[in-house]
Formats: sequence, C-alpha cells, structure tokens
Amino acid sequence: MPFGSRVAVLFSAALVFAGTVLGARSAAAQATVSVACGSVGAEFDLCKTGAEAWAKKTGNQIKVVSVPKDSNEQLALFQQLLSQKSGEIDVIRIDVVWPGLLAAHLVDMGKEVPKDVVAQHFPAIIEANTVNGHLVALPAFTDAGLLYYRKDLLEKYGKKPPTTWQELTETAKVVQDGERKAGNDKIYGIVFQGRAYEGLTCNALEWVDSFGGGTIVDGQGKVTINNPKAIAAIKLAASWIKNIAPEGVLNYAEEEARGAFQSGNAVFMRNWPYAWALSQAPDSPTKGKVGVMALPKGGAEGKNTGTLGGWQWAVSKYSKNAKAAVDLAMYLTSPEEEKRAAIEVSFNPTIPALYKDKDILAKNPFIGDLLPTFQNAVARPSRATKSKYNQVSSEFWNAVHEVLSGKSDAEASISKLEKNLNRISRNGKW
Amino acid sequence: MAVAQSQLTRQRRRAALAFILPMMAVLAAVAGWPLLRTIYFSFTDANLDNIGSYAGVGFANFASLAQDPEWWHAVRNTVEFAAVSVTFETILGLVIALTLNAHLPGRGVVRAAVLIPWAIPTVVSAQMWNWMYNDLYGVLNYIFLKVGVIDHPYAWTGSPKLALVAVIIVDVWKTTPFMALLILAALQLLPAEIYEAAKLDGIPAPKVFWKVTLPLIKPALMVAVIFRTLDALRIFDLPYVLTGNSRETASMAVYARQKLIDFQDVGYGSAASTFLFVVIAVFTVVYITAGRVRFESR
Repeated sequence: MPFGSRVAVLFSAALVFAGTVLGARSAAAQATVSVACGSVGAEFDLCKTGAEAWAKKTGNQIKVVSVPKDSNEQLALFQQLLSQKSGEIDVIRIDVVWPGLLAAHLVDMGKEVPKDVVAQHFPAIIEANTVNGHLVALPAFTDAGLLYYRKDLLEKYGKKPPTTWQELTETAKVVQDGERKAGNDKIYGIVFQGRAYEGLTCNALEWVDSFGGGTIVDGQGKVTINNPKAIAAIKLAASWIKNIAPEGVLNYAEEEARGAFQSGNAVFMRNWPYAWALSQAPDSPTKGKVGVMALPKGGAEGKNTGTLGGWQWAVSKYSKNAKAAVDLAMYLTSPEEEKRAAIEVSFNPTIPALYKDKDILAKNPFIGDLLPTFQNAVARPSRATKSKYNQVSSEFWNAVHEVLSGKSDAEASISKLEKNLNRISRNGKW
Repeated sequence: MAVAQSQLTRQRRRAALAFILPMMAVLAAVAGWPLLRTIYFSFTDANLDNIGSYAGVGFANFASLAQDPEWWHAVRNTVEFAAVSVTFETILGLVIALTLNAHLPGRGVVRAAVLIPWAIPTVVSAQMWNWMYNDLYGVLNYIFLKVGVIDHPYAWTGSPKLALVAVIIVDVWKTTPFMALLILAALQLLPAEIYEAAKLDGIPAPKVFWKVTLPLIKPALMVAVIFRTLDALRIFDLPYVLTGNSRETASMAVYARQKLIDFQDVGYGSAASTFLFVVIAVFTVVYITAGRVRFESR
C-alpha cells in the first residue's frame, strides 16, 4: 500500500512539474527548449550559463529544470516522464550507464550531428552511447576511478607509488603500521567506496578488470564473472578489510572516503577526479601532500584501468523542438563548453585534443597526465545487459559486499552471482 | 411517538451519511485506488518503462517472491527491527512518561525538550546519525573510546553485525518521545483518588504500579504499541538513508522500492508491496483480537 501511493504521488508530482514547463512555453517567438540540468554543486550553474549562452546566440528561449541530486532518483524521474511519452523536457543529462535503459525514448543523434563533430570525442565514450547502431547521446564530461596517495607519507617511508595492487597492499601496511607506532592511531592504508551501491560496482569492476578478469558480462551478453582472475581480485580486496582498510569502508560512498582521506586518515584512496580539486582547497589538511595516478595493475600481467563514468546530453524522442534541442546538446558538448567546464570546475573533457590545451593544463595540470587513464577506462556492462543493468549491478555489488564483509567466501559468492545473472538474463539472452 | 423517533433516526442517518461521504470519497481516491491498483499490478508483468502494456501472470510474481532468499532476509530484518525497536520504545517511553508525570519543577520545559527527536524529519536525523556513526570522525566512537566502553572504533553502519542495531538505535531515539507522550496522556487521565487510597492503605509503590497504573493505562498502551508496530513494519526511510539498499538492513519496503523503481519491475515490486500490506493487515487483526482492544470503549 505505501508503494502504490508513493508511485501515485510521484506521478502527480511529475505531472505538475510537466505542467509548469508547458506553461512557460507560451509567448516565445522562437522555440523554447527545456533542459534538465544536474543539481550537484557547481554543475547546475555551469549548465545554466551554457544553455543561456546558447539561447542568446541562437535567439531561442531556454527553460532550465533542476532534477534530484541522487542519480537513481533522476533516472526514476526521467523514466516516468519518458514512459508517458511526455515531451516536456527536451534535453536531458544522462549517466554513462543509462543509454541501454533509455535508448528507446531518445533521438538518434547519429542522423542529426555531423560525423566530424562526433569524431572529436573519445571513441570508447561514443561507443558507450551507441545502442543498436544509434548514437543516443553526446558526451559532456568523463570520469574514471583514480588512485590518490599521500606523497609525504610515501616519501617518509621511502616507498614509491605502487604499480600493482599487491604492492599497494604491502606499502599501505608498512606506512599504516609505521604511522600508528608514531602515534597516529586513526590512520588506515586505503579507503574506497564499499557501500552496497553503484559505487561498489565501479570499484570492484576496477579490481576485476585490472587482474584481467573481464567485465562481469561480456559484449555478447555472456556472463563471464566466474573466473579465477576475478576471484583473486575480489579476494585481495577482501583481505584489506580490518587489515589496511577500516571496517566502516563497507558503508562508505565517495564523500565518506574523501572525508577520511582528506582529514589525513588514509594513505591511499580510490575516488573520482572531483576529489582532486577539493583535496587542494585552501582549508584542506592534505593540501600539497596528495599525488594522483592511474589505478594499479592486478599483478605484473595485469593492466591499469578505471571504471568509466561521466555524463552526456540526450534529446527526448517526444520533444516538440527536436531540432533546436539537438543544437543545444551539440553546443553543450562543444570543445568551447568542455574547455570552460574543465577550467571552471575541473570536469574532464571527452575530447582528447583538450588534454593538451594550455589554459586547462595551467589551471588543472593533472588532467593532462591522466589522458591514458581515460583512454583505457573500462565500461560497466550496461550495453550488453540493456534494461537489466540495474539488476546486474545490484547482484554484483551485493555479491562483492558479502565477500568484503566476510559473510561468504569469494568462490561461493561469485558462483552464486553467476547463477543469478544467468537466471536474470535467461542464459545470456538479456 | 415510535414513528417520529424512527423518522428522526432516519434523518440522522442521512445526515451522518452526508458528512461521511466526502471523507470516504477522498479516502477511496488517495488510499483505496492506489491500493487496489498495486494489488492489481502484482498479478501482471507491468514494467515502469512502459506501464501501459502488460499481461496478467497470475501468481507468478508471488511464487518468485516466495523463492527469493533476499526477500525473506528483508522480512526477517523488518520483523526483527519492529520487535526490538517497539519493545525498547515502549519500556523507555513508559519510564519517561512516569518521570514526566511526577510533579517536578520545570517539567513543561523537559516535556517540550523530550519531543525534539520526534520533531526532526527522519531523513535529517538519519543523515545526522550517519555522521555520528562514522567510524573515523564520528562523535560516538570518540566518546565511547574516551569513556572506555569500547577498545577500538566500531564501524556502526558498515559491520554486518552492527548495521541493523544502528538502525534500531536511531529509531528508538526518534520514536521514544512519541511513546512517552501517548503514555503520559493516559497517565494524566488517571483519577488521583485511587492513588490516595493506595497511599492510605500503605501499598508499596512498585505494587501500585503493577496493580493500579499498568492495568489502567493498558488500553492506551496497546493502541500506542499497535501504531508503532504498524509504523515499524513499513519502515523505509531510516535503513534507506543509513545504509542504502544494503541487504543487511533492507526492510520489506526498501526491497519493494528497489524492485519497483530501480529495477522498473512494477509487477514484482507490487507483489512485494501487496505482501507487506497483507502482513500489516493480518498483524492488526490478530493483535486487536488477541489484545481485546476496544477502540470504541475508550
């Protein structure tokens, strides 16, 4: 019963919300394009000023709509609007794992956008936004998991930044034990995102992929997670808990991990690029003491990797101003706008050429160093698993969480995961 | 005379009906319709992505629900949560109510202060507790370590053993004031003469409590316990804010929401919601019958 009414409330909220957008589209001579900007921190202003600049340039009107902060809530809102074929939001910002879920409702940009404009972006990100041959969104900025480390502490103990996870495990232990003896009893070796949510899927996919253990489900839809390399990767991560990672990491999201690292309580941290700017803020205890690098390999034969994140602009199929909307999406993903974002809020461009841009490098030098990381980023299996991606991700993070918390061993948990994924996908048919 | 009376009765009935109808209509619209719709969807394969087209699947959703260990884990979490939290809330609420009922100086201020946790929106207090629970910079570990209750920082919301306990603690903190207030209201209605008589007869205080106070406030206590239990069985916000969709703490409502919204599976999610509704309905009936609570006699 509570759910029936909750859904009803959501629906009516969506209707009211759609009504206001509709009302605003009255007297404009040109098209009025409504755009759903993200609402976390600086990104709303960034999006609003960008859209306003476009409106001024083209003589159109814009209507900025703000969306919930939580990306799961945003997805739910968009799905409800789109499933009712509502054209009230023309341009929406989607997460890199959503194209498979929303493709049926989005305009095929491949037909609208010149090929050379598309070709400016990283091929891997364009591929992530291509569903059944349709390009459903244009990338705005990208993310990949990075390793942050305390330069000062590694120097103090004569350690180099680690190249493998195994080396990281040893280094973290040495520094942690040394610092604890020296009186800093709250310090831990590593923090990451271990809460049972999408972030754990990103972290664990990095461990597995760095060991060469695949991407849970491969491009053809086959469930590949049950292999010795994946199990070894997850086992290594599980060995950190209570040893070099606090047990509390099992409920850490991005901000909890950053809180621990930035207050000086961790030697290493896995996090997204946004943590860099904040760790260098004037009031940050770790200002000037932090290094950032690609995530380590899983052993000598492993590879450097990072889970691909990032956001893209898409146009609703039900938009009444599709042409203007596509134009706005193109404007928001143009090199000029991506450059502005990189300089103002240190978002990572999706255009490789910008990684050599002098103005960006002067303001945020680390962006240039990380080009290979973004080029080698591993995508979550959202395209192969289509509308089931959320279920796959949830099964995966729960299985990993059980191993990390010591409730079951890696072999048992991963083989159960394989069975569940095969059941959900009807044996890889998705 | 008899005719006139029955005419009056009829008139009264008509008037009563006219007064009740608008309320019934509103209830049907905001509670009845969504409920029926949820039950209806639970027999279909409806999907949030395209809610217009669906087919009936009979009891298939309920069958897979019954086979899902994750669901039974959620049921166990919910029942454990409800039983433990309501027990603590009742006992603590009773103690606080008895204290506040005594003629202490400044009890008006204390009464208002006690209500503060209840007045804070749950999402806000859950987030606040999340920071207090943090294993590295949380104030709880800091205090407990200083006092010497624990010898190393606990991961309150991270450890699978402690997570549900952490959720229960926040609920007890938040809802005890509500219990205390309901019980206090009952206590204040008790006639002073009974206590005077007991005093004159020289009955010891504990005996007065067990033989006089408790039986007299029992009906009010029962109602409070029912309200709290129903509330606890459909708990959603606390575990969701504290630990997200984690299986360690997921309640039936968290489970249903995940299926319905995150996984888009309206049919299956509705089946879970319907099951939750049935559990609550059955509980209410059993409790009212067994406890012989007579709402109308109060």
